Amino acid sequence: MSALLEVDSISVSFDGFRAINNLSFNIGEAELRAVIGPNGAGKTTFMDIVTGKTRPDKGDVKFGTPSKSLLKMNEAQIAREGVGRKFQRPTVFEDQTVAENLTMALKAGRNPFAVLGWRPSKASVARVADLAAEVGLAAQVARKAGELSHGQKQWLEIGMLLAQEPRLLLVDEPAAGMTLAEREQTTALLVRLAETRAVVVVEHDMDFVRRLNCKVTVLHQGSVLAEGSLDHVTRNPDVIEVYLGR
Amino acid sequence: MTRKPFILRNPSILVVLAVLAAFTLVVTALSAAYGNGVIPTSTVKVLGKTLCLALAAVAMDLVWGYLGILSLGQMAFFALGGYLIGQWLMYARTEGIVAASLAQNPIPPTAQELQEGVANQIFGVVGSADLPLVWSFAHSLPLQLLLVVAVPGLLALVFGWLAFRSRVNGVYLSILTQAMTLALALWLFQNDSGFRGNNGLSGLQNIPGLDAVDQATLSVWFLWASALALALAYVLAAWVVSGKFGSVVRAIRDDETRVRFLGYPVEGFKLAVFTLAAMITAIAGALYYPQAGIINPAELMPIASIYLAVWVAIGGRGRLYGAIIGAVVVSLLSSWFTGGRAPAIRLPGYTVNWVDWWQVALGISFVLVTLFAPKGIAGLFDWLAGALPPQRHGRDLGPDQGALQEGEAKA
Amino acid sequence: MIRPLIVLLLTLLSALPASANPALEAVIARNLDQIEKPSRRTVEPLVAEIAATGPEGLALLSAWANRSLGVSDNGRLLIVEGDSATDAVTGQPVPGADLTMLRPNSGVRGVIDSALVAGEISSPDPARRASALASIARDGTAAHLAALRGAPPEADPTLAQQRERATNLLAIRFDTDPAARVAAINGLAGDVGLDFRAALNPLLATTRIAAPAEPQANIVRELTVGDSDFPKEAAIALLTTQGVLQPRLTPADQRNALAANIVNGTVSGIPVADLSDPAARDRAYEALEAAGTVPPAATDAEADAALAANRFFETYAEPNPDVTDAARAAQVRAQVRLAAMTGIDLGLDALSLASIYFLAAIGLAITFGVMRVINMAHGEFIMMGAYTGYVVQTLIPNRTLSLVAALPLAFVVTFGAGVILYRLVIRHLARRPLETLLATFGVSIALQQLAKNIFGTQARPLTAPAWLEGAITINDVISISSIRVAIFVLALLFLGLFLFIMKRTRLGLEVRAVTQNPGMAASMGINPDRIAMMTFGLGSGIAGIAGVAIGLFAQVTSELGQQYIVQSFMTVVVGGVGNIWGTLAGAGLIGILSKVIESFNPSNTLAAQTFMILFIIIFIQFRPRGIIPQRGRAAEA
Repeated sequence: MSALLEVDSISVSFDGFRAINNLSFNIGEAELRAVIGPNGAGKTTFMDIVTGKTRPDKGDVKFGTPSKSLLKMNEAQIAREGVGRKFQRPTVFEDQTVAENLTMALKAGRNPFAVLGWRPSKASVARVADLAAEVGLAAQVARKAGELSHGQKQWLEIGMLLAQEPRLLLVDEPAAGMTLAEREQTTALLVRLAETRAVVVVEHDMDFVRRLNCKVTVLHQGSVLAEGSLDHVTRNPDVIEVYLGR
Repeated sequence: MTRKPFILRNPSILVVLAVLAAFTLVVTALSAAYGNGVIPTSTVKVLGKTLCLALAAVAMDLVWGYLGILSLGQMAFFALGGYLIGQWLMYARTEGIVAASLAQNPIPPTAQELQEGVANQIFGVVGSADLPLVWSFAHSLPLQLLLVVAVPGLLALVFGWLAFRSRVNGVYLSILTQAMTLALALWLFQNDSGFRGNNGLSGLQNIPGLDAVDQATLSVWFLWASALALALAYVLAAWVVSGKFGSVVRAIRDDETRVRFLGYPVEGFKLAVFTLAAMITAIAGALYYPQAGIINPAELMPIASIYLAVWVAIGGRGRLYGAIIGAVVVSLLSSWFTGGRAPAIRLPGYTVNWVDWWQVALGISFVLVTLFAPKGIAGLFDWLAGALPPQRHGRDLGPDQGALQEGEAKA
Repeated sequence: MIRPLIVLLLTLLSALPASANPALEAVIARNLDQIEKPSRRTVEPLVAEIAATGPEGLALLSAWANRSLGVSDNGRLLIVEGDSATDAVTGQPVPGADLTMLRPNSGVRGVIDSALVAGEISSPDPARRASALASIARDGTAAHLAALRGAPPEADPTLAQQRERATNLLAIRFDTDPAARVAAINGLAGDVGLDFRAALNPLLATTRIAAPAEPQANIVRELTVGDSDFPKEAAIALLTTQGVLQPRLTPADQRNALAANIVNGTVSGIPVADLSDPAARDRAYEALEAAGTVPPAATDAEADAALAANRFFETYAEPNPDVTDAARAAQVRAQVRLAAMTGIDLGLDALSLASIYFLAAIGLAITFGVMRVINMAHGEFIMMGAYTGYVVQTLIPNRTLSLVAALPLAFVVTFGAGVILYRLVIRHLARRPLETLLATFGVSIALQQLAKNIFGTQARPLTAPAWLEGAITINDVISISSIRVAIFVLALLFLGLFLFIMKRTRLGLEVRAVTQNPGMAASMGINPDRIAMMTFGLGSGIAGIAGVAIGLFAQVTSELGQQYIVQSFMTVVVGGVGNIWGTLAGAGLIGILSKVIESFNPSNTLAAQTFMILFIIIFIQFRPRGIIPQRGRAAEA
């Protein structure tokens, strides 16, 4: 299995505190992976590094085939390479309609002049409608995103990620604040998405992770503590010690 | 989503254009040059200048209301435009005068003598007799017109690139833009910067080659030109902020980081809008100063740019027509109150003289508008139209500080 | 032992009756006609003779020089003081004398004065010796040099040093022996006094000459035509002034000559209308030259020939190379030391400027750190403090007392203003910095105009107490005004006070907590609103005190605050927020930078400010969060 994302012994410290310590990590094409770990294990920092928000002190991050280093790129370039990110808190543009939010995320030229010259086509309008339907917001297309409920905003954000057509999707606690039904829907969606692209899910909720039924990486103090199936890692005494508790 | 023509999707454009056209026609019909002279020439000039200020306010609204950058340096571009057109106006006119005076000599002047004469006339006041390098193109109207757009555009591009690249934003960026204006003003204040120090450029109301045309007619021509520029810029600005580009720009205003993660080069968008606004502002300045007749570095002290922000805020930012309303209402009121024509209020024991108290009233009303009517005057139109803002339960529109909050933002 | 004796003797002498000084009597009798009509050239021996006769002689000379000496009908010299006259020799009053006043010209008076000074140098009274030395230092002559050298040894060490210095300075200027001059120069080497540098300058004055061969002179160097400091034009001008070359034709002369020779609309056959072309003008002029109507002007070829035939030298006016070498070396040493001292002086200036910026910016930095808002009315709080100082001064006439009262009062007034501003405006715009910026700007213009309405537009004086006036002067170069030292001390005081409040008090702890995490602080029972109000008041109060300090040396006008606000912003931005040391570093950097840039071109402070702002814009590129940034994950958000 060739790796889509290769994180090679990265370290980063904030003010002397080592958030990530010599972390190595690989994701293959079309792989679903769950990352768990106690608070402060470096989960969010790891995402920040992959998406270009934080620069590591050392190490390298390679992405794609042929692989390119992501460290020399800024956030926007990384996003254009095909790395999408879903934040913990839903971040959509509340002042704009659902359609506008989705249109902005559609895969298309991103430079200012291309955007200035961009005009909606039949295909783009249809794609926006499809995406809205897929995330269950078909009836809300013309409403402002700010008027949506918390769960709907989460879905809109996922819809925007889909519109970006990323090759790697980083999802930060997708189930937070969702109802049971919404969680099941989210699980199904993530599993389906992972058929065509790599998905990394950061989650605390063990039931949710179990339902994803995928390989699990446990982070602790900025490095990998254990890796394998959920059953495998939950039996690991180290993991029980630092994370699950006795 | 069906595609209607651009104009129809933005009915406010038609309203603004119609009002502008009606205004221009009425003023023309009442002017001394083309009508019954009810409006004196000086008032026509004031109205023409007001249109230019409205144009600058539209550009300010693009930068602030849509892009979310509170630029406290917009008037630097305005004054630069004025200086650049002023160079040609002053050079060409002085050249005419010097040529006429040298023609009195028995021997016709050489090109060099003519240039030396012009330089002496223009720069004698700062004790210099050489034409500075920055005046190299002053003899040519087309070149100087090109510079009116190119120089402020380039300045905005370089400054914006430096500032946006290092991700300076919010209050820091505002202070930095203010510093830029101040630096430019201080530079222009020097006698050896080549722009006549604090004397500035003067006599700009006389247009070379149009000596036969009286000021009454010229003032109406400039009013037309200003109205036309405002109309064109309004349509351009409205077009830019509609559609996907406008979507992205407003998204940057509300949550810059999120836009980056969508893959948009945020700096490029900021730079494009900032530069465009600088160019529009420069054109406004180039139309303004021939009507004002004089320009000096005091015009671009930071306070002027802050006033521009005040107009846009009072008019209603994030709405192009709001910017126009604010600029027109506040600047006309200001000139009325400070012109000494407003009747004084006689209180027992004290007479409120508006020349002294207008600034205080303006300052206080500005605080009140910021506190109680963040949508400005344009908010009235929403209220009349019954268009209520989306219910966001008082949350920020974005995680960044300075993002618009509920009750202020509206596309 | 000796001195009291002399004094006693002098008292006795002056108490003696008429004809107390026969020597003087004799000199006067011999030279009366020369005293009445003195000549500058010949008077010197006479003056020396009179001076040698003792105190009466000196008194006579001094009266003569002051034009208060008259000669009576009977040939007696009388000293006139107001309405009374005394006999110059006997000291007896002469009532109702019929006098002709003597009016020696300035040259003669100069001679008398130097003789007097020379006499004074040997005076037994140290004060008079000191004043004589000072007078020589001001305006010395060759005669003084001789007098100084001939004077008895000086007992007072300070005066001895001064005298040696004066002797050396005079020797540099007037000594005829080159070796002595060199010795004098070397004796003063390392001195940076203005007078020493002034004495060296004429020695090193140079002139440029053109000559076919190396001249017999003290040559500095040979010049090469075309060097940056000796362009061809300069060489030609030099040749013209020396008469080697005909003056070249200026365009104006050419035009006038042509205009004088217009015949039937043409000049030498060239139509006047064509003469707008310089080439046509040259042709016309050459034609006139050929016809002999106009004098020939130097052509380029002639100029080149003259240039080729001559060499150019820079020579010292002073003929002796030993002297010029010594002077040059001394000048270089003086310049090096001078540069070092100027550097120290610059450092002091920068320090005082930095203290002012620090005082002005510290309040801004506190409020920015805690609330992330920029208070545009901060400058007006500074102004308010200055006006408070002014008002207090009109009420309390004692300046020291009024200053002592004004400082806390300014703090109270601006603290109150800050709290009111916070309660009425800023609280309602929480977490919206841009809106706060604009709203406080509204407050700023209202306050400014209010101050204009109340205090008028003209500047109001805020005068420092006498003990703060003047300057601490170390030498000719290094000096700093006392007010600035006081402001520096004040800034240090506030740094200390601020650190104390922040690190040692409950308020400081709560402020730091709110700065780092307002939400967390609130859940610990700290009221962020109250803390914000207190810090805002504190910041404003410090601005008021800064206002009093600034008012002491600047004009108090309604625009006072505006002059400091941008620099204060810069200080905050450059230093970084949320940290007092950042503000200190920012103020230091901006203070030093302004002074250093200013020192490159002291006459153009505008350029200095422009460059400083440009520097800051560039600086922000590399340290977007300032010199001492706020760190940690909270700052990233």
